[in-house]
Amino acid sequence: MKNRNGLAVQTAGLQHCYGQKRVLEDVSLQVKQGEIFGLLGPSGAGKTTLIKILTGQLKQESGTAEVFGKPSGKLTGQEHRDIGIMMDSFGLYERMNCIDNLKFFTMLSGIPKERGKDVLEKVGLWPARKTLVSRLSKGMRNRLLLARAFLGEPRLLFLDEPTSGLDPRTAAEIHELLLGERERGAAIFLTTHNMAEAGKLCDHVALLNEGRVVECGEPDEICRKYNHQKTLMLHLYNGTDLILGHDRSGLEEMMQYLERGELETIHSSEPDLETVFMELTGRGLN
Amino acid sequence: MLRGNFSRKRAGMLRHILSVLWKQGKDTLQNKEILIQFVMFPVITIIMENAIEIPGMPEHYFAMLFGAMYLGMAPLLCTSAILAEEKEKNTLRVLLMSNVRPGEYLAGVGIYVWCLCMAGAAVIGLAGGYRGSGFGNFMLIMGAGFLVSIIVGAAVGVFSRNQMMATSISMPVMLILSFLPMLAAFNESIAKLARVTYSGQIHLLMGQVENLHPSWGQTGILLLNLAAALLFFAAACRRNKRFAG
Repeated sequence: MKNRNGLAVQTAGLQHCYGQKRVLEDVSLQVKQGEIFGLLGPSGAGKTTLIKILTGQLKQESGTAEVFGKPSGKLTGQEHRDIGIMMDSFGLYERMNCIDNLKFFTMLSGIPKERGKDVLEKVGLWPARKTLVSRLSKGMRNRLLLARAFLGEPRLLFLDEPTSGLDPRTAAEIHELLLGERERGAAIFLTTHNMAEAGKLCDHVALLNEGRVVECGEPDEICRKYNHQKTLMLHLYNGTDLILGHDRSGLEEMMQYLERGELETIHSSEPDLETVFMELTGRGLN
Repeated sequence: MLRGNFSRKRAGMLRHILSVLWKQGKDTLQNKEILIQFVMFPVITIIMENAIEIPGMPEHYFAMLFGAMYLGMAPLLCTSAILAEEKEKNTLRVLLMSNVRPGEYLAGVGIYVWCLCMAGAAVIGLAGGYRGSGFGNFMLIMGAGFLVSIIVGAAVGVFSRNQMMATSISMPVMLILSFLPMLAAFNESIAKLARVTYSGQIHLLMGQVENLHPSWGQTGILLLNLAAALLFFAAACRRNKRFAG
């Protein structure tokens, strides 16, 4: 499938309302093929609505939403097969076991059924393949939803809060899987309100607040941009904490501590994404 | 090239319908609420036919009675419950996102319910003493009745937002359709009403299976019921444009 501009997702001036309530306002984003893009925002910011529009489940009120260079509501069957979706609201067949859930979707899409085994092994659910979905834990269900999204080796993955409510170990395992998918060349569009996750995984992030994108860019770049203090925080072996300026004198002072072997750690004063979000919106991400 | 596209589309359609059939088979084995609908009336017919003997009782009495109830209940309740559950749990949305067309999904579920109901009808027919052409005619009219019930059930399923709503709509419809033929024996006004329903007509036709010659009036009533079911289904689809809710 040809995609002229190499963009997996592109929106411009996107707007959407639920009744009188405007949930998306002038949202313009670009997601390149082979990158992980994170949409950060608190609950109710419009993240899921945006995914629904991009996956053709909802039609936007105005603006454009394109996937693989085509309007998201007009994708063909083949283009749909190139998209994997993981949403909490996307149900599983509770009375069927894990492998049968996947087998059903391999049958529907004409994918070799061995692929079900491959993805279950990939997400670490092969030992639980015969377990009924109704008996899976939240973490295992999320992994099965991910396995279903990976089934057709899609070029684009939409993941709505993939690690929400999971323990740190399971979340880290899912992060590894997502990085593996990026290595394969897939574009990943994920929503989260976990700024540490976004900072660790994403090549680009957009901060969404009340339906508007308030900042967009590389996570490090955003943090540097909002580093107003421009200070260095030093911790010495004798327990002393020092704050030095980013200027020449501060640097010279730091070098002296370093040469004397008294310096234990150095921290910059760059804010994290949550602090940036709070600065921009006056509210937290959670 | 056009022919190639057409046969590819047809193969895709068939694959989708067969996949839904396979899924339904796997799912129903674990779904006792649905499974019992298919088993209950055939089992009751076997028990009643073998346990109760009343002097002067008409031939095939219990098969006719429970056959008519079975055809008004099982396909309607099962189809509406399957559709409503898929909507409630958002699995239908996943299917539609996987390029399964609403018609393919409904065909898969409909064929599945129809086949299971026909298996149940065969048990009722045999337990009721139908043999040879009589049995063939019994199956034919039951098959036609199941089709109308499945369409009504599909309409209820499409119309409903969840299983609770589907049950509360299908219950009165189901009770009217399945009990009218039985109550018709006790009251002439009810008998008149029962004659305009497909379950009532099928109950009457069951008594003529050895020499089945439906009148124009009977055929007309059955066709009118089918048309009404299709209209109800079309209205439900129209009201619920996105189908998946």
